[in-house]
Amino acid sequence: METEKLVRMANQIGAFFASEPDRPVAVEGVTNHLRRFWEPRMRGQLLDHLDATGGAGLSPLVLDAVTTNRERLAGGIAR
Amino acid sequence: MYSVKVPDAGTPAVVGPVVVTLEIDGMVVAVPEGTSVMRAAADAGVRVPKLCATETLDAFGSCRLCLVEIEGRRGFPASCTTSVQPGMKVRTQTPKLAQLRRGVMELYISDHPLDCLTCPANGNCELQEMAGVVGLREVRYGLDGQNHLQAEKDTSNPYFTFDPSKCIVCSRCVRACEEIQGTFALTVDGRGFASVISPGGGDFMSSECVSCGACVQACPTATLMENTIVDRGQPDHVVDTTCAYCGVGCSFRAEMRGNEVVRMVPSKDGRANAGHSCVKGRFAWGYATHKDRVTRPLIRASIEDPWREVSWEEAIAYTASEIRRIQATYGRGAAGGITSSRCTNEETWLVQKLVRGAFGVNNVDTCARVCHSPTGYGLKTTLGESAGTQDFESVEYADVIVVIGANPTEGHPVFASRLKRRLREGAKLIVVDPRAIELVRQPHVEASFHLQLRPGTNVAVANALAHVIVTEGLADEHFVRERCEWGEFEKWRAFVSEARNSPEATEALTGVPAASLRGAARLYASAGNAAIYYGLGVTEHSQGSTMVIAIANLAMATGNLGRPGVGVNPLRGQNNVQGSCDMGSFPHELPGYRHVSDPVVRASFERDWGVRIDPEPGLRIPNMFDAALDGSFKALYVQGEDIAQSDPDLHHVHAALRAMECVIVQDLFLNETARFAHVFLPGASFLEKDGTFTNAERRIGRVRKVMPPLAGKADWEVTMDLARALGFPMDYAHPSEIMEEIARLMPTFAGVCYEKLDRLGSIQWPCNEAAPEGTPVMHVEQFVRGKGKFALTEYVPTDERTSARFPLLLTTGRILSQYNVGAQTRRTENVRWHAADVLEIHPHDAEQRGIRAGDRVVVASRKGETTLSVVLTERVAPGVVYTTFHHPESGANIVTTDYSDWATNCPEYKVTAVQVRRASERDRAAELAAGK
Repeated sequence: METEKLVRMANQIGAFFASEPDRPVAVEGVTNHLRRFWEPRMRGQLLDHLDATGGAGLSPLVLDAVTTNRERLAGGIAR
Repeated sequence: MYSVKVPDAGTPAVVGPVVVTLEIDGMVVAVPEGTSVMRAAADAGVRVPKLCATETLDAFGSCRLCLVEIEGRRGFPASCTTSVQPGMKVRTQTPKLAQLRRGVMELYISDHPLDCLTCPANGNCELQEMAGVVGLREVRYGLDGQNHLQAEKDTSNPYFTFDPSKCIVCSRCVRACEEIQGTFALTVDGRGFASVISPGGGDFMSSECVSCGACVQACPTATLMENTIVDRGQPDHVVDTTCAYCGVGCSFRAEMRGNEVVRMVPSKDGRANAGHSCVKGRFAWGYATHKDRVTRPLIRASIEDPWREVSWEEAIAYTASEIRRIQATYGRGAAGGITSSRCTNEETWLVQKLVRGAFGVNNVDTCARVCHSPTGYGLKTTLGESAGTQDFESVEYADVIVVIGANPTEGHPVFASRLKRRLREGAKLIVVDPRAIELVRQPHVEASFHLQLRPGTNVAVANALAHVIVTEGLADEHFVRERCEWGEFEKWRAFVSEARNSPEATEALTGVPAASLRGAARLYASAGNAAIYYGLGVTEHSQGSTMVIAIANLAMATGNLGRPGVGVNPLRGQNNVQGSCDMGSFPHELPGYRHVSDPVVRASFERDWGVRIDPEPGLRIPNMFDAALDGSFKALYVQGEDIAQSDPDLHHVHAALRAMECVIVQDLFLNETARFAHVFLPGASFLEKDGTFTNAERRIGRVRKVMPPLAGKADWEVTMDLARALGFPMDYAHPSEIMEEIARLMPTFAGVCYEKLDRLGSIQWPCNEAAPEGTPVMHVEQFVRGKGKFALTEYVPTDERTSARFPLLLTTGRILSQYNVGAQTRRTENVRWHAADVLEIHPHDAEQRGIRAGDRVVVASRKGETTLSVVLTERVAPGVVYTTFHHPESGANIVTTDYSDWATNCPEYKVTAVQVRRASERDRAAELAAGK
């Protein structure tokens, strides 16, 4: 899948939760959404992008979520 | 009129607590106050002769056939227009009444062609029947006097004929058009003997008639008669079923001669439609036996090869071997399926079961992905259930009706008629739409406010409405405190109260004048009962889910949930969108909207099905396309959808389909997707199988087989065969057994079975121990999730932006006569109303581009370009253009983008930046070369 598209989609999710004033709640919102709605290969590719580029193009909130909750997001990914 | 007789009490039923007792022909009768004498008599089993009266219309009192005698009253009042009174003594049969009635009939018959033996209504004509009832034996006036017997037939409408020579001017057709349909296309032209029924002075086809069939159904003679009855004769039996077009889910009586449908008539006792219909359900069913139907399975190794007709056995074996080969080569996750919102619940259930049980993955999705998936997300988040809150009848109790991003008169016409009736009774209307849809202003209906927002700014408008409600103290805090999470409400209140969300601050962005927006907010929040109805103009945006949440927030904040007349009501596009979602078609949810990660839920399915269920979410349709292009998704089973026409950014979709190694299409016709398929499995229309559909109000209705499947198998049988071939046994003798499994595994369907459906007619889920006969209105005592949850709805502009190169915004929608990608309706006479998709453009924008009405124009976006003819109209605002997507050659989705909703990937069909220019000679040549 196009990494650029996955980054855009992740940032869209981040934009929804960004208005949440409580930062941990917002981080959890992003993480939870990615974990519950993204198929493992999509999450895997996003994490690969994180590893390869440090998360280039990801919004600060999304970057925070994928960095903080990397282990949860890696659940179910076949390697 | 119904061919196979349906009782008709003559005037509408009255409901009320006060009961009146009277005497009719010596019998004591007790009926609700306000009931007509005619209906009271009918309830007592006494038939009063009638012609102008029918229980679907208000009493009119014109035919003078239903005269009665009432003790103590002078004269002979019409029983249809006379209300019962306590102690009234009525006589319906006396020598004087008989004489009067014969006299009336004699006059009618003196101007009526006596061609009963060759008349299409022979044996089913109320005039003929009443002549017998009143004992007419002679017509003294002869036929030589002035008459209408030579009046010319109007055959302009493809579905029915108007023969004025048979007309008795009872006005039932005119009243049906007004009272039931609400179009006011018919009138009585002239006076006295010269009175004739007229569709506005011209013929039916050129009039405002919308061909709903209400007039034809109301006609007591053969004056308005379906052409199928004229051609084929009267039916011999009837089968009750459910329409397979839009999400209203009308109940129909399929009137049959053997295995041939001769007429579809809406059921008076159908809870969704209350006896009404539209041009599609009533007349456009001929596609079912169209010559284009493919009735033999087809296979080919490559999409470049010609198709090869094979047996069912070979097709199924080949398909199964290909799926297994692909999964062995590329991994389990390389296969998936798409369920159909046009197929039954039972068929959808089997497809998702096949994908989960036999493919071993959750790569199952449905076309709701591209329409109402944000509804599922938004309503589940806020209210706790992924469904609309009301029944359709609820609109009859609404004081203010808000229609957001929906066009009910085109997309959900039968519900629109009900809505318009409520508006004529005095309810107020607010329309939120970039276009001036028909509801904004039409006969006897005018919106109090039309918030004509710029496409893509829904959420900003909703936040501004909330701002007014909160800052002007219009919120129902008592309701919120009792029913919702107060802390979340406070957070939301603080958010929407910010000055940046005020109507004044958002006006420049949304294009909605602040004063109008404030007025609309006050009207909505101050109504006794305010109901929101919304459509794809809400969901098909990059913020579709946010907008659904914003709508739910508004309803909760104003206490407009949990009783008749209020609510949040998604108008579903296809007949079984609700059902296909309920049945577990989403890749992250098992049936009943329960997440695949829930071990308890998964275990219940694993026990029942004898397989392991993958705990990880699967690919959604757009993700499947992306995965196909990166080489990790290779096999797709598509039942009853045409993704190669209906999905956005078609160049991308087509490339993805080309990249797959086995595309299996199961459909009635070789649709656009079949161009990319390796296997074609013939489908069965709704007339050829048993099952259920679930409409937009969660109403489960029976679909009944009226003819054998043309290809020999119903769709559920084909899926069953495929599952068996893949080593995953499915063994159902009838769809009722599938429903037993559904009821066993889905708590919201626990009380549903075919016997109960047959007994009750239809059932709205949840149907279980707590609600054994179903649930018309949800969230009555508390929300399904417990406390309602307010969520913050920050407006985030779409990434799709206008620019100097693409300065206009294209938005897409539907038209009354066509349905979705048109696979069905394009194969009917409905093409007479809409033979091609056109582009609507504002005259100002057209003038700037040197475009004249009817010109061919090129519509170009960042994704592609297509050519359409233009219509100049002020229905669209300057800067906005609009088209439909019913014809594949128009290529509307060539230009739409792959931007999608943040939560669900529902495509943003409603916002595409485009440029429009007159087609050049070179463009025209290219069009011709492409066969357009």
